[in-house]
Amino acid sequence: MNPEINIAQYITYVFAAFSLASALMVITAKNPVQAALALVLTFFLSAGIWLTLEAEFLAITLVLVYVGAVMVLFLFVVMMLDINMAQLRAGFIRYLPIGLLVAVLLAVLLIMVVGPAHFGLEQFAAPTRHAADYSNVRELGRVMYTVYVYPFEIASVILLVAIIAAIALTLRRRPDTKRQDPTQQIAVKRADRMRVVDMKAEAKK
Amino acid sequence: MFDWLSSFFTTFLPEPLVAVIIIVIKIVIIMLPLMLCVAYLTLAERKIIGAMQVRMGPTRVGWRGSLQPIADAMKLMFKEIVIPAGANKFLFIIAPILSIAPALAAWAVIPFDPEKVLADVDAALLYILAITSIGVYGVIIAGWASNSKYALLGAMRSAAQIVSYEIAMGFALVGVLLAAGSMNFGDIVEAQAGMGFLSWFWLPLLPLFIIYFISGVAETNRAPFDVAEGESEIVAGFHVEYSGMTFAVFFLAEYANMILIAALAALMFMGGWLSPFEGINFNLLGIAFNLELWFAWVPGMIWFFLKIAFFLFFFLWLRATFPRYRYDQIMRLGWKVFIPVTIVWILVVGIFVLAGLPPWWN
Repeated sequence: MNPEINIAQYITYVFAAFSLASALMVITAKNPVQAALALVLTFFLSAGIWLTLEAEFLAITLVLVYVGAVMVLFLFVVMMLDINMAQLRAGFIRYLPIGLLVAVLLAVLLIMVVGPAHFGLEQFAAPTRHAADYSNVRELGRVMYTVYVYPFEIASVILLVAIIAAIALTLRRRPDTKRQDPTQQIAVKRADRMRVVDMKAEAKK
Repeated sequence: MFDWLSSFFTTFLPEPLVAVIIIVIKIVIIMLPLMLCVAYLTLAERKIIGAMQVRMGPTRVGWRGSLQPIADAMKLMFKEIVIPAGANKFLFIIAPILSIAPALAAWAVIPFDPEKVLADVDAALLYILAITSIGVYGVIIAGWASNSKYALLGAMRSAAQIVSYEIAMGFALVGVLLAAGSMNFGDIVEAQAGMGFLSWFWLPLLPLFIIYFISGVAETNRAPFDVAEGESEIVAGFHVEYSGMTFAVFFLAEYANMILIAALAALMFMGGWLSPFEGINFNLLGIAFNLELWFAWVPGMIWFFLKIAFFLFFFLWLRATFPRYRYDQIMRLGWKVFIPVTIVWILVVGIFVLAGLPPWWN
């Protein structure tokens, strides 16, 4: 047994255990902001798992996109909300049987799909570990821009359309709001704003 | 030196533990001078801005105020940490830690020399982007956990600002990796070698360089982009409720981030540890100016530190010169000016690289 691999496995299990705990916190936290922060932690720990599985690019991108941008905006919105938790919890007991049923169904489904019958070392041999100078990013880029170039381009066009649609949805004229137009602000001349009056000094009566 | 140390430790310790010990020693060697630099950057800031505004700056502690940072640190360490009654205690304490941890972790991939780097990672540029984007959580959590209106407003402003400028910054870095053909800082610096300061990336990537630096100022919440603090509008923004060491840690993070941004700008656009006179020889009035040879004795690390100091001076200069941006102006600059400019210039850089424009890509 190689001791180095043992340590890597150990680190993976530590990350996995902590990410399970923080994922549990997401659904049990009392406060929505705490739940969102637990979700951030879960993302970060999953990135750690990916890192130990030699998917460095995916791990870093997960942190960059989800932790660094998406969850910040998410928190931004959640912090603004004034949620009455008592109201949300009101029907807990009433809906518990349905919730439990859905949870059990989901668990059975997951075990059937990703259980040891389909995954595991018996079905798939462990991938060979790459040398230290192996560049995950370069390999991924090479495949993405040669073999999978069309799916990649189509996905990016779809994303672009989604961005434009999202912006178009927020573009609406509201004549009642006041806003500054920087081009007008810059174009202002002295004569527009002030007038020098020539007058004689007045004595106070 | 590290070979000797590791062979010394392996005589009585198991192999993996020795590796960890060596890494910890290297971390300490990077962190201690960094913390000292942070402390003296605060003094430099007060002195330089003082000089720009025809004041003296601190003069009392030590020779011409040279011990002022030590005195400040002592004062902050022994002050009481006040936790507001309505605050979320756990998040309130963890917020400053979350803001300094990424500021320090990013230094792991910064090379000081072709050999001197803690982690010579291939995706160093991506790592930097990812790690620095986590820093915003410190500000957001501080604002929320304080349970104060001003703090929350500051956190909101900061979140929006950092997310906006991160995009422009990311695009500027895309230009760099396009030009260097690598995300490893060693390779990026080597790609700029050749003709002294003319072959550094600041010239072909000039718009990206300027945008990167301005976005860096915005990312670190420094003036003129310091709306997150905005002492005239929202008292002190996200850290109103903080005192003592928790307050100091926010400032340590801010200054460590400043030094980091300066180091990154030096590495990616100013040739890192390369000498500015590399390959520059000319004859003027019959005298041979062999500048490369004259400055060959200067170690690369000195050039790197000089470049960092230059950018840090710029940070201070900006703060002394410009009034604070209005919030809508910040958003307009980030989204409507920087992002389009970076996208266009990435295209231009792509054409440069394809055409093999000398002296950078031949």
